[in-house]
Amino acid sequence: MYPEQFEYQRPSSVSEAIGLLTANPDAKIIAGGHSLLPAMKMRLAAPAALVDIARIPELKGISASGDGATIGAGATYRELMDDAALAAAYPVVAETCDKVGDPAVRSRGTLGGSLAHVDPAADLTAVMLALGASVTATGPNGARTIGIDDLFVGLLTTTLEPDEIITSISLPASSAGTKQAYEKHSHPASGYAVAGVAVALQVDGTTCTSARIGVTGAPEYAMRATAAEDALVGKELTAETIAAAAEKATEGLGELNGDVYASAEYRAHLVKVLTRRALTRAAL
Amino acid sequence: MSATASAPVTAISMTVNGKEHSAEVEPRTLLVHFLRDALGLTGTHIGCDTSSCGACVVHLDGDPVKSCTVLAVQADGASITTIEGLAGEDGSLHPVQEGFWEKHGLQCGYCTPGMIMTGAALLERNPHPTEEQIRHELEGNLCRCTGYQNIVRAIQFAAEQSS
Ligand SMILES: Cc1cc2nc3c(=O)[nH]c(=O)nc-3n(C[C@H](O)[C@H](O)[C@H](O)COP(=O)(O)OP(=O)(O)OC[C@H]3O[C@@H](n4cnc5c(N)ncnc54)[C@H](O)[C@@H]3O)c2cc1C
Ligand code: FES
Ligand code: FES
Repeated sequence: MYPEQFEYQRPSSVSEAIGLLTANPDAKIIAGGHSLLPAMKMRLAAPAALVDIARIPELKGISASGDGATIGAGATYRELMDDAALAAAYPVVAETCDKVGDPAVRSRGTLGGSLAHVDPAADLTAVMLALGASVTATGPNGARTIGIDDLFVGLLTTTLEPDEIITSISLPASSAGTKQAYEKHSHPASGYAVAGVAVALQVDGTTCTSARIGVTGAPEYAMRATAAEDALVGKELTAETIAAAAEKATEGLGELNGDVYASAEYRAHLVKVLTRRALTRAAL
Repeated sequence: MSATASAPVTAISMTVNGKEHSAEVEPRTLLVHFLRDALGLTGTHIGCDTSSCGACVVHLDGDPVKSCTVLAVQADGASITTIEGLAGEDGSLHPVQEGFWEKHGLQCGYCTPGMIMTGAALLERNPHPTEEQIRHELEGNLCRCTGYQNIVRAIQFAAEQSS
């Protein structure tokens, strides 16, 4: 099915793209198009113009080491999976990308697009929460840094302005080399997360010194499971402490999503089970 | 912009199966429609409206993509391979095509072009995948007929052809 008519623009720099967005409030950014185009084909979205940022050189590139990582917003899932240095420091990123959609989706979809779109069933949103990422967003007034905890605020809603572009995503040194894992229950038809849990743990010996847990699929938008995190910090990581923390994984997530495939009760159960599995795989 | 106003068009050019093509298209033209309607390459199929079925998979600069979820304008300047471009110039079948022939990897054949393009892309990246990896990589390709067993065997057959 065809989308509605629109005008197509392909700027070659971030500043040119921002100019186009500022000049036309009905224009929308397109990156990989794998959230936007399905919506446009169903006529759920009909932007007057598309500003294609996929080829802007500033949005490309991944540099990673044990001291942190900077990822261009335009990096595709496949590029993230193929970067050896990123995989060494933050293995959960490649692990998760391999669980997104299917190989064709992984060819096109971008990290920046996933974070800007905040689909409630997206995967990388939870992982970026667990890793304590921050995004750099550039708009008409210049660039600013937004911590991942301040980016997602509602269903498909972020604190980005309409004429702001996520240009890069940074991962802190503190989460490089942490014990990390992502567990997902995929929707059998769409492949999206019915529920997904990402964890990143710092340990001293066997004692947990820091824990970040991101939950997606079940809550209205990806959120941290802070009660479960608090239940781990300062504790010996054992099967018992992990089970006790996992029991708290739904605390503070608000009303959970429910649909014909999975009720809110079932999703709550999944979040606890997936939290236990992710923590166990990461830590034990 | 309403659909009745004169539609904006954009000039594009791309290499399809080694041949250069230039055209003016409406930006909303999907790559699959450009391939099928403008270039007459109807081997690439459309099986859904929801980016789910994979019947439309082609290679864009070597990567498998769902051509129903890429705009033709996004593929401007790219090199595209469709099922028509997979066999050798002398007509010799690609190993994955041979595998579908040898292992009876199809029934109605509707899903087959997408299956073959996804299988060929997989073997480019991973020449000797496990059965589990093959099944994982086929998650975006739906088949209503075969039950998948012989599709997996067809790709295994192709993998065994390369040492
Ligand atoms: C069949 C299918 C299965 C899928 N399965 C999964 C899955 O299992 N898990 C999952 O997480 N996702 C899944 N997806 C979605 C996919 O991951 C999308 O690619 C992703 O959500 C959006 O990235 P994009 O680059 O394609 O964004 P686009 O579709 O291009 O854009 C999405 C939105 O973000 C905005 N945007 C894009 N880039 C930026 C930027 N740099 N700065 C500011 N705004 C920006 C756009 O304006 C738009 O509103 C699936 C998609 C399909 C089609
Ligand atoms: S036609 Fe492209 S995925 Fe179904
Ligand atoms: S052979 Fe009929 S859909 Fe696959």
